[in-house]
Amino acid sequence: MTPRHKRLMLAGVVLGGAAVAVTLVLNAFNSNMVFFYSPSDVLKQQAPKDRTFRLGGLVEAGSVKRQSDGVTVRFAVTDTAQVIPVEYRGILPDLFKEGKGVVAQGRLEADGTFRAQEVLAKHDENYMPPEAANAVERAAKAQTQSRDTLQGARP
Amino acid sequence: MIPELGLFALVVALFIASALATLPIIGAARSNLAWMQLARPAALAQFVFVLLAFGCLMASFVNNDFSVVNVATNSNSQLPLPYRMAASWGSHEGSMLLWVLMLSGWTCAVSLLSRSLPLAMVARVLGVMGFISVGFLLFILLTSNPFDRLLPPAMDGRDLNPLLQDPGMVIHPPMLYMGYVGFAVAFAFAVAALLSGRFDATWARWSRPWTTAAWVFLTIGIALGSWWAYYELGWGGWWFWDPVENASFMPWLIGTALIHSLAVAEKRGAFKAWTVLLAIGAFSFSLLGTFIVRSGVLTSVHAFATDPARGTFILLFLLIVVGGSLALFGWRAAQVGFAGRFDRVSRESLLLGNNVLLVAAAGAVMLGTLYPLALDALGLGKISVGPPYFDAVFVPLMAPVVLLMGIGPLARWKQASVADLAQRLKWPALISVVAALALPLAAGRFSWMVALGLLLAAWVFTTVAVLLLQRARAGAGQLARQPRSFWGMVVAHAGVGVFIVGVTMVGGYQSEHDVKMAIGSSTVVGGYRFTFKGAQQIQGANYVAMRGDFLAQHVDGGRSYTMHPEKRVYQVQGMPMTEAAIQTGLTRDLYVSLGEELPDGAWTVRVYHKPFVDWIWGGAFIMALGGLLAISDRRYRVAVKAVELPPRSAPPPIAGATPGATPGPQQPAAT
Repeated sequence: MTPRHKRLMLAGVVLGGAAVAVTLVLNAFNSNMVFFYSPSDVLKQQAPKDRTFRLGGLVEAGSVKRQSDGVTVRFAVTDTAQVIPVEYRGILPDLFKEGKGVVAQGRLEADGTFRAQEVLAKHDENYMPPEAANAVERAAKAQTQSRDTLQGARP
Repeated sequence: MIPELGLFALVVALFIASALATLPIIGAARSNLAWMQLARPAALAQFVFVLLAFGCLMASFVNNDFSVVNVATNSNSQLPLPYRMAASWGSHEGSMLLWVLMLSGWTCAVSLLSRSLPLAMVARVLGVMGFISVGFLLFILLTSNPFDRLLPPAMDGRDLNPLLQDPGMVIHPPMLYMGYVGFAVAFAFAVAALLSGRFDATWARWSRPWTTAAWVFLTIGIALGSWWAYYELGWGGWWFWDPVENASFMPWLIGTALIHSLAVAEKRGAFKAWTVLLAIGAFSFSLLGTFIVRSGVLTSVHAFATDPARGTFILLFLLIVVGGSLALFGWRAAQVGFAGRFDRVSRESLLLGNNVLLVAAAGAVMLGTLYPLALDALGLGKISVGPPYFDAVFVPLMAPVVLLMGIGPLARWKQASVADLAQRLKWPALISVVAALALPLAAGRFSWMVALGLLLAAWVFTTVAVLLLQRARAGAGQLARQPRSFWGMVVAHAGVGVFIVGVTMVGGYQSEHDVKMAIGSSTVVGGYRFTFKGAQQIQGANYVAMRGDFLAQHVDGGRSYTMHPEKRVYQVQGMPMTEAAIQTGLTRDLYVSLGEELPDGAWTVRVYHKPFVDWIWGGAFIMALGGLLAISDRRYRVAVKAVELPPRSAPPPIAGATPGATPGPQQPAAT
């Protein structure tokens, strides 16, 4: 093999390796993306049935109920327009509170309950998880829009 | 007065930095000696003024000066003194000032420890660092003034976020920033070399100890952050693939590639263009990390949109630095040359493979970190990419890196014989495979992931052993004659092995249990019985807490441990905080954290058994120790000291080159 051939082969090996790596990365990326939905989205059947997703909003006031085993908790997540019941088994984060922002990651059960594998609350008093803020914001926008159309419809 | 003095010092520092960024570089281009000679005093003066500014900020925190916005929002008169000092970098403004302090500190260190370098080189390196400093000083003065006054002054401050009130806060950010910012030195050396068009082995040799030093700090900083998250957040995890973590991990990956490619550049004169590119890349990733963490895009893209000044500034600066240096690279690349020939199987080719994989890994982390942000910014929906993605990508990319890591040091430069390598690697391969199959079976639960992890760890240890044997066989006393840089490599690689053991064992064998516990009840996790004795209220410095009382003992008997997890409420912000109780051991951690009190007096409790978890951070510290050994290699010191000292005198202890290696009786004992 001439040095030229050797160099070409080296370049080929490097490029081939890079191609394998890129394929691997993109493939893993595709199958592990977790989408975010608000309670309104879920009730509009937009959320996937067989895939993990994130649900964000506010913990509805008065909805937190601890089950008899002590570590299973049921609560409701709302974007102020719609409500989704959530069940979670485990210790809740310190800043989980009724009326405050929350993001839950898990799957939607056939009965409409969201079974969370993970519950995230905000990092401090002033900061709301971006997804939760987004859900409430969109619901508020949707409401004002529908009010506007109602008012517009009235002569 | 003190805050105004600090602001004034920053303005002065900006003027000095502007002079530093321009005059010495022009001087170097025009061979103007006087202008080049400005670089060293300017670097020193810049450091003095930034240090003064930082001192003023810290003094404002220590004195509880609540007429300063920064102090009023991030401190409180009840806050213990060490945390008031650490609160200096607890806010956005303060941490940017810490960034600049670190940068000017590195600049000053380069100016003091570069006596053997040609003046033109020193002028260019310091000039480039001055340019970066101008950018960040402008950023602070225009968008993030830490000395803004509050009128009327607040009665008391809003307190430091309780999550940050921890010893980790005192050391983790400075260490991390030392590493982050330290890559500016490697970057400056690379750009200086591009400006001068001079790329020889000495360039790589100058750059090497600095790059390794930055890498050591970054390694320690990341490890400390991981450890802090482990014990403070109360979830027992050691790495979350959080964007903030990734921001520091990307420069680490590129930096690791860089220190290896610098080795090739120094020893063989190969990979020069690639090395320059990596040096630019490592610092660009540091800047990118700063952008991710500091622009507010993480909290919310919308927050960024409503106050875009900061993010836009960093982004523009990032574009100027990266774009400018890459353009310079493109212009000069032909001159850099791709010199150095090597065979398909050689230490060079193995290191190249390793480099490519590390860069690919950094790219994968970048994709997972930036893509969700980009989608959100463009209004295309919100997604998150969690640990499953990173795990799926990292294992297949890193496993070959570790395999190559075992082979590389045994292979010859330029051309290695496959048969010879196979002969040497026969035993390590055999032992590793046997260990990978036997150990998980002995542990009672076999999984391929654990087998792979143990295979890699055993491979690292056995190949290091073969390397040592090979050197020892070369002749009597050969091993003792190996340079420190060799031992640095051996130690750092062994550290990787220790790290892999930790990751593998925790990943494969940890047990976790969330359980309701009444007083007097017990639960068994990971072979240990945890008994809940009760909880009582205690009063802390600035919090009240419920303190649990647990007894942990192995089911087979033996020593019993009392453990006291706490549920704190910090009084100023009324914010609850979980303080886990951890019983640390060489082969396992026991971890108890309190959930909440139930109406019947029982508590929800999270109990973990984490085998070998401390090996994760232990491995990282061993890697850092290896880096320190490598920096202390004689050939760097000789180069540094040759001009400074008359050759007849005995070598004095070297300050700076080996931090911590000069036990000075003149130093007061740490109290």
